[in-house]
Amino acid sequence: MSLVSQIRPAVVSLGLLTLLLGGAYPLASTALVGAIFPNQSAGSLIKQGDTIIGSRLIGQNFTQPQYLWGRLSATGPAPYNAGASSGSNLGVNNPALLDASKARLDALNVDSPVPVDLITASGSGLDPHISTAAAEIQIPRIAAARGLPEDRIRAAIAASTKGRTFGILGEARVNVLEVNLRLDGKVK
Amino acid sequence: MMFGITANSWLQLGLYMCALTALAVPLGAFMARVLSGERHFLSSVLDPVERLMFALCGVKPEAETNWKGYALGVISFWLAGFLLLFVLLMTQQWGPLNPQGIANLTPDLAFNTAVSFVTNTNWQSYAGETTMSYFSQMVGLTVQNFVSAAVGIAVMAALIRGLSRHSTDKVGNFWADMIRANLYILLPLSLIVTVALASQGVIQTFDANVTAKTLEGADQVIALGPVASQEAIKMLGTNGGGVFNTNSAHPFENPTPISNFIEMLSILIIPAALCFTFGKMVGDRKQGVAIFAAMTLVFVPFTVAAIGFEQWGNPHLVAAGADTAANMEGKETRFGITNSAIWAAATTAASNGSVNAMHDSFTPLGGMIPMLLMKFGEVIYGGAGSGLYGMLVFVILTVFIAGLMVGRTPEYLGKKIGAYEIKMASIAVLLPCAFVLIATALAVMTPLGQAGIYNPGAQGFSEVLYAVTSATNNNGSAFAGLGANTPFYNTLLGVCMLFGRFFVLLPVLAIAGSLAAKKTVPVSAGTLATHTPLFIGILIGVIVLVGVLTYAPALALGPVVEHILMIKG
Repeated sequence: MSLVSQIRPAVVSLGLLTLLLGGAYPLASTALVGAIFPNQSAGSLIKQGDTIIGSRLIGQNFTQPQYLWGRLSATGPAPYNAGASSGSNLGVNNPALLDASKARLDALNVDSPVPVDLITASGSGLDPHISTAAAEIQIPRIAAARGLPEDRIRAAIAASTKGRTFGILGEARVNVLEVNLRLDGKVK
Repeated sequence: MMFGITANSWLQLGLYMCALTALAVPLGAFMARVLSGERHFLSSVLDPVERLMFALCGVKPEAETNWKGYALGVISFWLAGFLLLFVLLMTQQWGPLNPQGIANLTPDLAFNTAVSFVTNTNWQSYAGETTMSYFSQMVGLTVQNFVSAAVGIAVMAALIRGLSRHSTDKVGNFWADMIRANLYILLPLSLIVTVALASQGVIQTFDANVTAKTLEGADQVIALGPVASQEAIKMLGTNGGGVFNTNSAHPFENPTPISNFIEMLSILIIPAALCFTFGKMVGDRKQGVAIFAAMTLVFVPFTVAAIGFEQWGNPHLVAAGADTAANMEGKETRFGITNSAIWAAATTAASNGSVNAMHDSFTPLGGMIPMLLMKFGEVIYGGAGSGLYGMLVFVILTVFIAGLMVGRTPEYLGKKIGAYEIKMASIAVLLPCAFVLIATALAVMTPLGQAGIYNPGAQGFSEVLYAVTSATNNNGSAFAGLGANTPFYNTLLGVCMLFGRFFVLLPVLAIAGSLAAKKTVPVSAGTLATHTPLFIGILIGVIVLVGVLTYAPALALGPVVEHILMIKG
């Protein structure tokens, strides 16, 4: 047996497996899940008329006082760049980590301590969620900016809150974009 | 709270381990049928495909070869795969399915990426959504996600045959094993996982990126792609290379706690199930259970520790105004501490290397857990096939050491373990350790290596140590602050991946050939039982001792120093 004798099976099997696993498999998957889950497979996009205004799964950058704010995002060149996901990769002792936390705390302009997820960056830079506690402390600011009673804001948050799946898996969370769409009257 | 982690953490970990075990047992039995060439419920559907592929390849599945012939098959298939992927990445801008008009890769990045996927490492020097066309993702990367895992399963099957046969030089037919592993194991499981993930919101589309008008009036580009089909095999084949830069932290790769649970199960399911495949194929189920038990007894305490360290967190965060030190930096809200830590342990126990949180931002000791699990040689479940064959190398070493202690001839499954097997086992265990230490030293001593470091101080050293450990052990995860897309790191880590793959795989095949040729000696009163709690304990001791003793000084310089700096304030 020599290397030469292995050329045919190597080349032919690679070619056939490429057709099957690199061609047929992803194409069939696309057709299949496109038929069963058309909305999910296309990115859970939210449209207003013909305009795409976001995705239910992808966070957006919120800095204005009338909106609920999400996690810090370390994507470049701007936060929440869903074309180039990135975490901060800052180590626990990196001064830049604490600088970012303190800058966020100043912008929030609330008494510390605050929920930790509100002053740390998410892994993807696109986290669509915050904890319920992180939403709660923003209610006074949003209510004041919108001239609405706090209960209205609280109700919008509650409507976009999910608990742990089956009460066990994952963590309770609030979908930030969904809350803001509700507050703007773009989603019921 | 118990052992520093919450009741819910215990519940989530317990549920995960129960589901893993419940699925691994039947899957293991099924894989044994496939690898033995027996008929099974998929035969009637896929038999014609299999026969056609064998005919076109000129392969007769019953024509088995000795271990050198088997190795020749592995190497020639590796070469063909490497060349195809390298050329594809170097020419993608002229290829189809490239709606973003992404450019060709640089030669060093193409080399690194091709080696990475062909060795089942899936180290990402590239950032998926900005570096890879859809065509490269599916025709290049997805294919190697399958076949590199299938090669691992095939080599493991050869080793099992070496242990279970006697007085022959034949260890199997590489082409038959590899093609069957793809057709009957990886492909059907991937289709199931693809649909399950898509139901949760993992995307699967060839549409170009879209631009959303955000509520605050900005333009937000949203990258898309054929993700679900690649995500499935990325997890199942212990691959780990994501369509997106942030891998399974990205909501389009991993949108919900359910998708996260499915993906975590997919990481360990095949390596765990192969333990039971092994037990069935050697005709002694207790041997498979013993190996599964040894893996689990290492995995669970390490996972609990990782959860505990992350929960205990970073005191600096409290100083900065947080209500708790729990380390949420680099973690997604929907997964929280628990699922980020379980994932980190699972992905590094297996040679998967996907991430759902940024390991560089873990606490120093929390980040040391994944590093240690890789340093054990990727044998705690380990890679698809490669985990079990790596573990069996440790078993052979353990039998030898235990034999020395009690003055018996070392035997495993009726095979006398001789000097040749021990030499090969030592190469497979010690050479990768040497590569890791030498390559780390090379990188931290040269300006080119230092240039990639992102975090200051001890964490910077850890970034390099982690990268080299990950590459050599074919894991693929990273302390991703390290700027690894440079000619220096692309080349260094590419070489590490190659050495790490073949300096384990080839000695393993040599052991398979040597064992197959031996007679099987009957069990006697003097035989050391290899399925008892005592043996499992010694096996764990050997694995942990080799790992810890080799790397203690390096770990002291990295994570331990960083931890002391953190608590000192």
